[in-house]
Amino acid sequence: MADVKLSNIKKSYGDTPVLHGIDLDIKHGEFVVLVGASGCGKSTLLRLIAGLEDISSGELHIGDQQVNALAPAQRGIAMVFQSYALYPHMTVFKNMSYGLKIAGKGKDFIDAKVREAARILHIDHLLERLPRELSGGQRQRVAIGRAIVRDPNVFLFDEPLSNLDAALRVKTRVEIGKLHKELGATIIYVTHDQVEAMTLGDKIVVMNQGRVEQCGSPLELYQHPATRFVGGFIGSPKMNFIDGKVAALGGDHIEIQLSNGCRSRACVEAGDLKVGDPVTLGVRPEHIDERSDAGTMLSGDVTLVERLGEASFIYLTLSDGTEIVVRGSGESTVTTSEHIKVSFAPHNAHVFDSNDRALRRLKAGNVHSTAELAQLKAVGQEAF
Amino acid sequence: MISLPGLKHNTGKTLMTHAVLLTYTVIALFPILVIIVNAFKSRKAIFKDPLALPSLDSFSLAGFEQVLGRADFGLYFGNSMIVTLISLFFVLLFGAMAAWALTEYKFRGNLFLAVLIAMGIMIPIRLGTVSILNLMASLDLVNTLTALVLVYIAQGLPLAVFILSEFIRQVPKELKEAARCDNVSEYKIFFTIILPLIRPAMATVAVFTMIPIWNDLWFPLILAPGESTQTITLGVQQFIGQYVTDWNAVLSSLTLAIVPVLVLYVIFSRQLIRGLTSGAVK
Repeated sequence: MADVKLSNIKKSYGDTPVLHGIDLDIKHGEFVVLVGASGCGKSTLLRLIAGLEDISSGELHIGDQQVNALAPAQRGIAMVFQSYALYPHMTVFKNMSYGLKIAGKGKDFIDAKVREAARILHIDHLLERLPRELSGGQRQRVAIGRAIVRDPNVFLFDEPLSNLDAALRVKTRVEIGKLHKELGATIIYVTHDQVEAMTLGDKIVVMNQGRVEQCGSPLELYQHPATRFVGGFIGSPKMNFIDGKVAALGGDHIEIQLSNGCRSRACVEAGDLKVGDPVTLGVRPEHIDERSDAGTMLSGDVTLVERLGEASFIYLTLSDGTEIVVRGSGESTVTTSEHIKVSFAPHNAHVFDSNDRALRRLKAGNVHSTAELAQLKAVGQEAF
Repeated sequence: MISLPGLKHNTGKTLMTHAVLLTYTVIALFPILVIIVNAFKSRKAIFKDPLALPSLDSFSLAGFEQVLGRADFGLYFGNSMIVTLISLFFVLLFGAMAAWALTEYKFRGNLFLAVLIAMGIMIPIRLGTVSILNLMASLDLVNTLTALVLVYIAQGLPLAVFILSEFIRQVPKELKEAARCDNVSEYKIFFTIILPLIRPAMATVAVFTMIPIWNDLWFPLILAPGESTQTITLGVQQFIGQYVTDWNAVLSSLTLAIVPVLVLYVIFSRQLIRGLTSGAVK
């Protein structure tokens, strides 16, 4: 069992760079999720770790060994492919045992290994079937089983759930989570689905255009996104962004003049910001209240209401044309083309500077005292 | 009711298609039928009414007796079988290996080789007959089956590589990668993963390769006309004389010559199963 260490890993196809120096430390037993929009290089990075493609520069260590030049099989990894990649002409048993057979293991050993993996994955009764006789979910299990029997140091999953239907995806997601606990293995998991990332990962690596944007625990990414990209990527529906300018600097907050004319307070460290600097205010839909007295008030026309039952997503267009989404209650009576007022608390605001870097939030997740709320409300009213 | 005109139209179309196909089949099969029918008739009956089926009077196995009675017929038959099967084996093996190398690996001269092989499809090998004969003469291979086998491998390879490349390209990349993660060597990947998956294509190539070799008269006549190396098509010619032709024997030996090709065809066509790769990837 082993740690995985990436140092300044770069990859280019011809003259086109795809990965621009990735540094990453993965501890033994960690569940790391690489997440990002398609084309961000996350699958390429996984394939580099697997050894399916050559690393252009940088060093990759698995355990205490530098593995840049080793073939996939010598790296002690096992990969589960998005398309499962089962050998179509072999039965499930043969699919799972093929790697062991090639490695020259004894018949009894192979048999025991395969049956053990099949038991864990509940596919004991399918061992004599061919892949084409299995459903999508069953094929996925066989693909995972093929990885398990090899006792790898590191499991690599390449979007393993994207070919399953929604219900099965949730079920398999839970099972992969349990499997991780059961095996105690290091897992590197690629997905474009931020829900999978949030629910499965001990550590999430958000990638964008061949770079690591941010790396941290799910809640860290949610509460303290380091860049505007991460803020927008983690969370659903995505964070609302409103342009503005710094209007005043306080000790534990800054005040921002928003493009729609409102003035908002945000509890962030000012850093080197000066009055008049352009910034972007970010606030999540779930932190905007349908009531108008939570702090900064925004008003706009409702363009669409999506009713999910437990919540309603209200799409608003502000006076300057900025579009925002509000997560209202499931019983919300708001209708399209109504003009409504919504509000958010200053401690829920994120602020990004002109380089899209986030300013450190001072009160993330904290609830304000009533007195503070009253004061904030006053500021909001004044601005309005 | 709305779908009825469409249905009628489809039936008409189907009928047309079948009529065309049936006509073609009849035209294609007619000469073969005439050969087979007349092989079972007496010499007189063949000339009297070539299209009549053998009756009790006209039925005769004289041709077969004549052909099978001669010891060298077995030899010719054997020669044809040896040449066809060995050529076929190597065309399939080398063809698949070359196709795999050209599609899977990037190396200098990859494209050049591929184009060179594609040109082999367009240029008939018979244009090089004189050079081939010279070559075989200097290699001391004239009047050997080896000469024929070598020529037929060269003749069959281009098309084999071309067709098999297309099929190998369709094998999902993940399958090979999964095998590489399983520590399967490149040779094993080729023989245990790729070959089983392109079996239908191999069967197609086998049929296309086998028939021209079995039927060829040109190269056996030029490269191996010796008594001991004649193939069946060449052997049949000895019943055709300048003045007298033993039609019974000619037709009987032709009938017998159809049998092995037919058997091989049946074997290969059973491999032409669709959907062999289904279940590999979603």
